[in-house]
Amino acid sequence: MIAHADTIPPARHPLIAWILRWILTTNHKEIGTLYLCFSFLMFIAGGAMAMVFRLELAQPGLQYLGADFYNQMVTLHGLIMVFGAVMPAFVGLANWMIPLMIGAPDMALPRLNNFSFWILPFAFFMLLSSLFMQGGAPNFGWTLYAPLSTTYGPPSTDYLIFGVHLMGISSILGAINIIVTIFNLRAPGMTLMKMPLFVWTWLITAFLLIMVMPVLAGAVTMMLTDRHFGTSFFSAAGGGDPVMFQHVFWFFGHPEVYIMILPGFGIASQIIPTFARKKLFGYNSMVYATASIAFLSFIVWGHHMFTTGMPLVAELFFMYMTMLIAVPTGVKVFNWVATMWRGAMTFETPMLFAVGFVVMFTIGGFSGLMLAIVPADFQYHDTFFVVAHLHYVLYPGAIFAMMGAIYYWLPKWCGNMYNERLGKIHFWTAVFGLNLTFFPMHFAGLGGMPRRIVDYALPFADLNLVSSIGAGILGLTQFLFLYIVVDAVRGGSGKATGQVWDSAEGLEWTLPSPAPLHTFHKPPQVD
Amino acid sequence: MTDRQTDRQARLRRHTTLLAVAAVGMFGFAFALVPLYNIFCEITGLNGKTSGEAAPMAVSAPASQTAQDAVEREVTIQFLSQVSRGMPWEFRPTESRMRVRLGEVAETQYYARNFANKLFTGQAVPSVTPGYAARYLHKVECFCFTQQHLEASEEIDMPVYFYVGEDLPSDIGTLTLSYTMYPVSSAARETSGAAEQTTETMPMDHSEHSVP
Repeated sequence: MIAHADTIPPARHPLIAWILRWILTTNHKEIGTLYLCFSFLMFIAGGAMAMVFRLELAQPGLQYLGADFYNQMVTLHGLIMVFGAVMPAFVGLANWMIPLMIGAPDMALPRLNNFSFWILPFAFFMLLSSLFMQGGAPNFGWTLYAPLSTTYGPPSTDYLIFGVHLMGISSILGAINIIVTIFNLRAPGMTLMKMPLFVWTWLITAFLLIMVMPVLAGAVTMMLTDRHFGTSFFSAAGGGDPVMFQHVFWFFGHPEVYIMILPGFGIASQIIPTFARKKLFGYNSMVYATASIAFLSFIVWGHHMFTTGMPLVAELFFMYMTMLIAVPTGVKVFNWVATMWRGAMTFETPMLFAVGFVVMFTIGGFSGLMLAIVPADFQYHDTFFVVAHLHYVLYPGAIFAMMGAIYYWLPKWCGNMYNERLGKIHFWTAVFGLNLTFFPMHFAGLGGMPRRIVDYALPFADLNLVSSIGAGILGLTQFLFLYIVVDAVRGGSGKATGQVWDSAEGLEWTLPSPAPLHTFHKPPQVD
Repeated sequence: MTDRQTDRQARLRRHTTLLAVAAVGMFGFAFALVPLYNIFCEITGLNGKTSGEAAPMAVSAPASQTAQDAVEREVTIQFLSQVSRGMPWEFRPTESRMRVRLGEVAETQYYARNFANKLFTGQAVPSVTPGYAARYLHKVECFCFTQQHLEASEEIDMPVYFYVGEDLPSDIGTLTLSYTMYPVSSAARETSGAAEQTTETMPMDHSEHSVP
């Protein structure tokens, strides 16, 4: 089926027609697929950069890269993984699943949906093109701190700025679309408190996006005017203050952290009840916990800046607020465990990823609590301990949730079961690889190995070699994952039923597999 | 279209508009953070900026309960200087550190010399570390209150008169006063662009900070 069958003359060459169909599509499923494919491409690009600098870090000394290129790799790795891989992947999943889960025929604003996707390739083309420019790509870290990005930034920084603007517009439009869809297109009978948790977490995430993406856009706009138009927002010479950049950035940056994890919470809350064959424990408290986390995320940004010379009172405030976030997060972890408690559990691949998510995200949560302690943070700040922490919440957090979601819903999308055996191998090699990569970073960081420096002291050599070997394994698992998905799309291990998982609940499972291009033209009745 | 559909269309439009306005509003909020931040820093002394105006000379009776100790208390003041990149000046303190008794007016000099072959104007921007000590460092007279105009090869000794308030919190034993000299003249603006400022972003230890 072609979304715009009447606008495409049949005389066109089939290839052109096929390309136009994907460029012009307004169908939520096709746009969701585009988002997912694009984010995987970016995931591989960002991962390739990680391979480059892990290769350099495998041994002390300088082997392959100079310091500047190392910094460029680290910067682009961060930006691409955050804005290119994790965020579009979750938006793609939202596009696919939210209309199916609330019984809507499509997203509320289909053309806007198409537009918000097609901005992204241009944004990342701009960002990646900076690699080939004179002076190299941006090299100041994904946090874009002034004055590194203003006074000292390479000329290509301007491409980064406009790239970030485009990504921001894309995210904001996507978020508006999601909120409007959820508020207006729910099937009759589906009250807010009956919505699946994935929909709830995305609703809250979308509000976070609308609140903070414009602030990032503002921050990079100030960077731009400081660079070229003689303003001094971040320059002390003209009465500005470089520390203010950090405040503005982290006012965006901390909610951004939850933008990347809340949909993952939602996914775990969908998968675990299915394979524990029990209702989700504490649905209401899950909703309130998500909302509390979102609220608290706005008043904790200072914990990224404890060493900037904050007054003690502010340090204490940010420390306690940060620790307070552990309460709603703990409620969630407790609810997932309680859902599994005495359930008739089976461990298909999605469940493995969901359980892995709960266990290893909790490790990242605990190291986050350690970082929240002001006096301890003075030691941990800007060391590999922070790198270990953020990768534990993002890899086994966001990315495991995403992969679990793909295994969970892939049979619904393509109509075929994936290869369960390979899926399990994928999970266990990924668990092995990621712990081998990121766990030693805790020790390197506690020992004092700083971030963002191409070389390191000899005592860290063994830990880094282990990390690099783990990173290589982790990198290879992505190709196994790609193979499993492609194999499933081409037939996999047989046709999937409409129900797919025997005790999965929700509107999406009432549809046949694969889900037809157009669904829920007549809204289903929810009781 | 049925009534229900038009109804829904209107609601969609209203929600979309509201959310778009919210997004634009948050973009504006990012810029509103700038004055908010400045006001907040002025009240708390968060960012180590000292007052741009001369402090009154007299110091009244000590106010804090640790007054007895405070009268006898001495602190170390360290002096630092930086010259903005591309500015043809030498600019340095004539002494790197001194001990001062709280409440007593002290004097030090900064030396500046213009290597350029023409008139060059500079402006020094002060910064105090730790930041929250900034409001206890009172400058009676400072070259940073005005711009410095130096002719070709001219050199100058610039005085700073200051005292440290007696209500200085007892956990502060060392204050670092740093000046960064920025170019003001238009010729300099072309060569140097936006000026850098590193003293405030450097995480500094409160007590031990080496002076170059």
